[in-house]
Amino acid sequence: MTIRSVETKYLERREEILRALVNLDRRAFLRVSGAAAAIAATRGIGHAHSFQPVRVDAPGAVEPFRFAYISDSHLYERKLNDRFIRSLLRAVDDVNALDPQPDFVLYGGDLAQLGQPAELDLGAQILKELKAPVKMMVGEHDWYLDLGEKWRSLFGKDVYSFDHKGIHFVVLNSVVEDDFWTVRGLTPMERMKTVAGLDNRSQSNFQVGPPQREWLTKDLEPVSDDTPVIVFSHSPLYHLYQGWNFWTIDAPEVQRILARFRHVTVIHGHTHQLLTNRIKNIHFHGMLSTAWPWPYAPQGLPELTVQMNRPNPFNSQDGCGDGQVLVNAEGLVDKVYNLWNRNVVTVAHEYLESNGVQKRPAAANVATY
Amino acid sequence: MKTTRSLRWFLVTCGLASAACTADSGADTKEGDPANVRVQLCDGQTSLDLESAPKTRSEGQAAADALMASWKTKNPEKGWEEAVRSRHFLAPMHDNSALLAGGQSTGDPGRAFTERDLLVWERETGRLVAEGARIFHSGDELGSTIAVSCDMCHPDAANTHPETYPKYQTQIGKSVLLRDMINWCLQHPVRAEKMAEDDPRMRALEAYIYAQRTGTPLAYGKH
Repeated sequence: MTIRSVETKYLERREEILRALVNLDRRAFLRVSGAAAAIAATRGIGHAHSFQPVRVDAPGAVEPFRFAYISDSHLYERKLNDRFIRSLLRAVDDVNALDPQPDFVLYGGDLAQLGQPAELDLGAQILKELKAPVKMMVGEHDWYLDLGEKWRSLFGKDVYSFDHKGIHFVVLNSVVEDDFWTVRGLTPMERMKTVAGLDNRSQSNFQVGPPQREWLTKDLEPVSDDTPVIVFSHSPLYHLYQGWNFWTIDAPEVQRILARFRHVTVIHGHTHQLLTNRIKNIHFHGMLSTAWPWPYAPQGLPELTVQMNRPNPFNSQDGCGDGQVLVNAEGLVDKVYNLWNRNVVTVAHEYLESNGVQKRPAAANVATY
Repeated sequence: MKTTRSLRWFLVTCGLASAACTADSGADTKEGDPANVRVQLCDGQTSLDLESAPKTRSEGQAAADALMASWKTKNPEKGWEEAVRSRHFLAPMHDNSALLAGGQSTGDPGRAFTERDLLVWERETGRLVAEGARIFHSGDELGSTIAVSCDMCHPDAANTHPETYPKYQTQIGKSVLLRDMINWCLQHPVRAEKMAEDDPRMRALEAYIYAQRTGTPLAYGKH
């Protein structure tokens, strides 16, 4: 679930102290936090703002913050292909250079290309270089060699939730497929290679599945309708194009579970492109890949999507990148696409809230056709 | 349907072309030996020993089926086309059935097409396209030194734009054809040796890429 660098452990210990502070009665809390802030100030520690009693004064309110994302790195082992490794390193450098640092980094899945233990180990090693804590999500390329065994041994649970600054975050495993391999007698590697082919139709479709939907319902039970919810899923949680699994079969059911919340945002990987959608209360944003961009699907593209320029084949990192998610006080997000060697594109929350009227991003001039 | 037809074809071949496919009472078999007749498949290698030559259609079919089953066991990779079709979407080929309507063609041997003509066209062209799909999706077939295949950027051959060639490609410094761009991709993103223009793999790749774009108007020079 989380890789812990030295910095991460430090931040977690600090948060633990903060949590303990919140549990004190108000008078004792002010005494302790005041003392802590004073100590921090006298020692010249620049993070004194962290000691402000936000959780006590405004339960349920969101303190604006941002997190970064890196996704879809598709690593091979270094001896076979180091192109995708260099791209992931570039993304790690990008995120480490952010000042101030993001609260955390979402890794959006497909760290490995063929689920090999050596690929996942390599990815874990590179992600440890990130200064901010990392939240891991699984993709199909990580999963279908050993059905997640190695991935879970490195990163923990594939399905979990956490709360951060007034937002309830949920991380799903949306790449569950019905068993197509047993009846055909496929080896684990054959199964992996089948799923790894985006246009390979001899696999099943992605789904969240009934057990996870049940878990999600229970997880959300204590969360009030006013609490903004942000969901991470590898595949888009809607029906875009079935042929490439830009599709989650039970997405409508998941959307129904999320229907009662005022603000819901889904951040997904898998599609390797600038992708925007809104279905009722839910805003959807795709993530860029560090490895390669996908073409837009031949059908099903959401109306709100302003396409990114068609990638330039003569520039091997064009159309790739990383990005950030800026969360405002209402819990709505601006999605930042840091396209390498191009202008940054921001899809603002106003664009989605106004159904495409306000703050429309600049159109592509080299469109997909 | 496909299997039955190919079996029939083999049976017909075996029945008619005795030079290629023999059913003889060999000199090395003795009278009273249970294996009196050896039936050989057109590959010149697969054979079947029978007590006597098949006399009815069903006996002949049974012998042909047994031969084909034996051949398929020895050549498991020969089911490749079916496997490719189960994995990948191949755009449907043009429907030529209007040519069977008759009219002026009746009595003109060069233009009186039969269902068999259409079937041959469909099978032969379909096989070339399927072969292209197979190569397109295989880093090994492409000769990639870094395990990269075409489909990793071009699922279903999307974003390949065969209809836009010839066009001037600044980075290559000349007006290029689709095959030039394929070769550029082989050398750069795929890190493979470029292919000769008449390399069977190049021909198959072009066939698949063009086939996937069927119905799109030509727009040469388009960027």
